Amino acid sequence: MSLLRIESISSYYGDLRALSDVDISVEASETIAVIGANGAGKSTLLRSIMGLTTVRSGEIYFDEQPIRRLRTYERVRLGLALVPEGRHVFPSLSVEENLLMGAQRGRSGAWTIESIFELFPILQPRRRAAAGVLSGGEQQALAIGRGLAANPRLLMLDEVSLGLAPIVVRELYGALAQVSAAGTTVVVVEQDVQQAVRVSHRVYCLLEGRVSLSGPTSDIDLQRISAAYFGVSSAAG
Amino acid sequence: MQTVNTVIQGILLGGLFALFASGLSLAFGVMRIVNVAHGDFIVLAGYLVLVSVNETHINPFLTLVIVTPAMFVLGYVLQRGVLQFTLKGGVLPPLLVTFGMSVVIQNGLQQGFSADSQGFLAGGFATGSVTITRDIAVGWLPLTWFVVAIALLLALNALFENTSIGRGFRAAADDQETVQLMGIDHRHVYAMAFGIALATTGVAAVFLGLYTSFTPTSGPAQLLVAFEAVVIGGLGSLRGTLLGGIVLGIAFTLGEQIAPGWGTLSQHLVFLAVLAFRPTGLFSRQTREA
Repeated sequence: MSLLRIESISSYYGDLRALSDVDISVEASETIAVIGANGAGKSTLLRSIMGLTTVRSGEIYFDEQPIRRLRTYERVRLGLALVPEGRHVFPSLSVEENLLMGAQRGRSGAWTIESIFELFPILQPRRRAAAGVLSGGEQQALAIGRGLAANPRLLMLDEVSLGLAPIVVRELYGALAQVSAAGTTVVVVEQDVQQAVRVSHRVYCLLEGRVSLSGPTSDIDLQRISAAYFGVSSAAG
Repeated sequence: MQTVNTVIQGILLGGLFALFASGLSLAFGVMRIVNVAHGDFIVLAGYLVLVSVNETHINPFLTLVIVTPAMFVLGYVLQRGVLQFTLKGGVLPPLLVTFGMSVVIQNGLQQGFSADSQGFLAGGFATGSVTITRDIAVGWLPLTWFVVAIALLLALNALFENTSIGRGFRAAADDQETVQLMGIDHRHVYAMAFGIALATTGVAAVFLGLYTSFTPTSGPAQLLVAFEAVVIGGLGSLRGTLLGGIVLGIAFTLGEQIAPGWGTLSQHLVFLAVLAFRPTGLFSRQTREA
């Protein structure tokens, strides 16, 4: 039984179709990577799952419950969480207040403010600092921590590595490995394919709003990924 | 010595302006909308106080037990039912819709209460004063509204800084979409903010009616003062709003000292000077440093 099952959804930006008949399923406790070039629809997919982008057709099931007609905040209360692209911490709130925002309407569970500070020790001394003055890496850690504070059943992360130094990215993914080891289901959207392959059990590759490749990470070689990523085979055929 | 007295009276008058401005400041701080009808909501609250006083013959301050919650509910419903739909379309729709509310309130009140001017009586309290030195006497009424203004703004500030609803206000002001990702219905947050903004108009209305008389069309004048106080203090800063009110109050009484009738002019000149030289306001809120 899948924790998240997406059945042929289509989403639009205005009149532009951003997702076409996308099917995706995510099993409990696994880590999924969604890869694809710029504009392939990766962020739209996550936004559609959260209800920030309207889905015009198809259905999304979370724990077998259809959620397409639920509002974003209702989906969050069911246990979905998104760490948005560009981090979007609340700049005028302190680090601790950002985490409290995440926890306020979340579920109860193992993640508390203190355990999040243990996961991201760099945040601990910045506890009272305004989130707006943090470095990019600290803000990303805070955004992930804020997502965890709700104790989600499904944690989705959009472009964690964007604009960050490789060493910072490694630290963040190290923390993420602990999260997924603790049993949380994780979906990462990544432009860095190697990073995505390294952390995930299965991969979906999007190309122009459609799933161009999917399968267990262990079965997929980089050549097939690059064909699905850039649409080389379809261009040749 | 006379100037000292004038400044003191100005500071106290600033408290009244700050009372007019607090709700406007709050609505702007959270939703980034300028409620053009704010002055009319103060006048509407004034008529609610008037009706309550006429029906029950109690002290105008006691009617706030009814008027304040009534204005809160009105604010919540108007935000949820009307203003929420204007927030997506840029700065113009909320301006137009609140302007429409202003027209509706003014004409509705004219219809119901005629254009006669109204006010409240509070006996010796409204006219009595306490003598501090030979040259300086402070009226009980201005002293009261000054203390109430500080208390109200401190309370609103505490609400913003120390409660979860206040944290939600600040977060929603920062980033409307991300607030939804926190499992929070942003429409409820905004409706609470507008409800509280209108709840403050009850207090402002009682002091307005004790200080001077009002008619159904008195609102825009109150809005102007409130708007100037908010801009001078720095948009979105409650503490700035109090200080902005005080700056305006001093400008008014000093102007009146120069020549009767110059008070309002000098207020507007100070406002223009701030817009020209410090358009972000004298005390604008900055991101708190570590």
